[in-house]
Amino acid sequence: MSALDLARWQFGITTVYHFIFVPLTIGLSAMTAMMQTAWYRTGDERWLRLTKYFGKLFLINFAIGVVTGIVQEFQFGMNWSEYSRFVGDVFGAPLAMEALLAFFLESTFLGLWIFGWDRLSKGVHLATIWAAAIGVNLSAYFIIAANSFMQHPVGVKYNPETKRAELDSIVAVLTNPTTLAAFPHTVTAAFLTAGTFVAGIAGWQMVRNAKAGDLAGAQLYRPAMRLALVVMVVSAVGVALSGDQQAKLMFQQQPMKMAAAEALCSTETGAGFSIFAVGAVGADKCDVTNVSIPGGTSFLATGDFNGTLKGVNDLQAEYSAKYGPGNYIPSLPVTYWNFRLMMGFAAFAGVLALAGIWYTRKGGVPTAPWFGKLSLVATFTIFLANLTGWIFTEMGRQPWIVAPNPTGDGNVRLTTASAVSPYVDVPSVALSLVVFTGLYGALAVVWYGLMKRYATAGAPEVETSESSDEDKPLAFAY
Amino acid sequence: MDIDTLRIIWFGLIAVLWVGYLVLEGFDFGVGMLLPILGRSENDRRVMINTIGPVWDGNEVWVLTAGGATFAAFPLWYSTLFSAFYLPLLLILVALILRGVAFEYRGKIDEDGWRSKWDWAIIVGSYLPSLLWGVAFGNLLHGVDVATVQKGPFAVLLAALNPYSLLFGAVTLLLFLLHGALFLGLKTTGDLRDRAMKLAATLSVPVLAGGAVWAIWTQLAYGKTWTWAVVVVAAVALVGVVLSARAGKEGQGFLLTSVVTVGAVVMLFGCLYPAVLHINDAADLTISNASSTQNTLTVMTWVAVIMTPIVLVYQSWTYWVFRSRISATDIPAPTGLKWTTKVKAGI
Repeated sequence: MSALDLARWQFGITTVYHFIFVPLTIGLSAMTAMMQTAWYRTGDERWLRLTKYFGKLFLINFAIGVVTGIVQEFQFGMNWSEYSRFVGDVFGAPLAMEALLAFFLESTFLGLWIFGWDRLSKGVHLATIWAAAIGVNLSAYFIIAANSFMQHPVGVKYNPETKRAELDSIVAVLTNPTTLAAFPHTVTAAFLTAGTFVAGIAGWQMVRNAKAGDLAGAQLYRPAMRLALVVMVVSAVGVALSGDQQAKLMFQQQPMKMAAAEALCSTETGAGFSIFAVGAVGADKCDVTNVSIPGGTSFLATGDFNGTLKGVNDLQAEYSAKYGPGNYIPSLPVTYWNFRLMMGFAAFAGVLALAGIWYTRKGGVPTAPWFGKLSLVATFTIFLANLTGWIFTEMGRQPWIVAPNPTGDGNVRLTTASAVSPYVDVPSVALSLVVFTGLYGALAVVWYGLMKRYATAGAPEVETSESSDEDKPLAFAY
Repeated sequence: MDIDTLRIIWFGLIAVLWVGYLVLEGFDFGVGMLLPILGRSENDRRVMINTIGPVWDGNEVWVLTAGGATFAAFPLWYSTLFSAFYLPLLLILVALILRGVAFEYRGKIDEDGWRSKWDWAIIVGSYLPSLLWGVAFGNLLHGVDVATVQKGPFAVLLAALNPYSLLFGAVTLLLFLLHGALFLGLKTTGDLRDRAMKLAATLSVPVLAGGAVWAIWTQLAYGKTWTWAVVVVAAVALVGVVLSARAGKEGQGFLLTSVVTVGAVVMLFGCLYPAVLHINDAADLTISNASSTQNTLTVMTWVAVIMTPIVLVYQSWTYWVFRSRISATDIPAPTGLKWTTKVKAGI
């Protein structure tokens, strides 16, 4: 393997791993804040117990999300120094803004929330979790703006003198149409993830408690389930609408990715939406057996069932003529299957939502063992929806690290192969790849063990203290 | 503003971010490093960790901001530095990962074996960066050869372990130990506080000696006339640290170790200017040839000018909220679960 391959594997592994924790953090910070708000307004002790319960799961998760995020910021310079040099004038700005506007906010106020239960008044303490949640969501905006620049560079000009991409308009960069579609898609997906997580854990706890004969124990989780169902329904609508918007943008901005999503070999009018394919998909294997919805993809991309979609082979010829000889086709099995898995895993959460709505109607709690199992499975699969979605969008951009904008400055483009650090050799990247993979693997075992134990232990008993006495000992959260 | 002024502003702002990082994370590194020295019992260790509990994560963001600001304002500095000093950064990243997770996870399981493993993560995770940041700073001044960089990160690592940079690393490590001991003097009571202050008094002497050698070496090898003033201020502050530590004045001592840290950063950036990285066999990387465009620097100046004071206000408020001392007696029982108890997660 070359240093390039190793650096790509490292970026893939560390980023996918990081993104196990991120969507849950984005959604669960706000959902924990919602639960605490419910407690603040109603004084219902169940909400306090749920806040502490899901708050703890949130923190176990947040810890790994934060520390793996540091690697993300550093590795652009470490492994992708040519990329950093080429786009730093534009790309560094949203990263610095993310740190200044979002990271400080989330980390400082989360510290206040964790340690402030007895030191702050109820209202101020509630405000700290909201501030942290706002920080987390703001950070999503800036990093999506940075990623969208790689998908569709805007507000930028190529400077032949310095041989780099230079900022033309920061407003254009921050209001990139790609950002305006990808941010709602990512954040609603994060809320769908957190909603599914809360509904899944609550549903499972209800079935468990009911089976053990503890109906009061089961009832405890019902408010969390109902809140999660609302979050799921609202965010699912958001995911679908923003996803549709993204598909239309992708058709205009990255037609190759759109074609790759469908493994569409040659240009078609009224292209079907393939539900699944039998046999290997690839640019040279156009005869796979397809089960598809007629005109589906054309409709998704253009809003017209008879729209014309260019196939990868035609786009390849077009790109070769424009950008010189080379392979401009992403890995079709990767893009095709991840695109489908993303939608499949997300849709599977809908099964949980429907069953949950049915079982919790009129004050009821689910007792059916199959619902308990479904809850657990959906809690896992929703994470896969996030991961496959990102694998699709990043792998679909290949071979580009900065994909050329068809209507912008065409010189602002860079292939992944030419973005790698020129002097970082194989032993160094191999070492860091092994170190990060090993460390992340070990942390995953610990994280899972803690999540499982704290989820199983159930919502903790609470003692309600009314005062925020200054003389109290400092909270011992650690 | 013209681009030359903007470049100077951003060079200065990045120095400010490093000051914020080293003054703040400096003491929480110190507390982590002192865990095996001052933390005789589980009670001691728990108190120590809880003194920095509410703030360590906010402190750490200063380095993320310094990194992001370097990327945005001086992309060539960021890309050259991070790819050349690949291996020290890898070690720092591993240390910061272990340490951050350790703070959050240590108390989650109420078992001695579990806690002692995470204690080690905190200890190693605090010593490594305390040493390595200093070594890295030393190399900015000491400089690298293009020829070495081209040989790859292992060659750079070997060259990075030169006497000046190692001294720089030893000084940052000792300074953070002292800074942490004084912080513990400020935040704890009773026996732990007494021992922290005693250790601070002992540590202040080698810090003074090491700091003096470092300051004079830096001044003679890389200094400018005006940086003599920094040397004098830092020297006075260092003598003050020794006196306050011996007199048991932890607040004054902590303030003075902060002044010394500011002095070290000003010295580093002052000696570097206008370079950002000395290159020994070619032209230096400077604030002019490594910087972003005027447009980017202007935008980022607005963001920094508006946001930095806001951040300072709410971070200061955090310190105000958690200003009281922690007593080693009368602390609540651990709330963690057990790892070894069989978990029945089924339906």
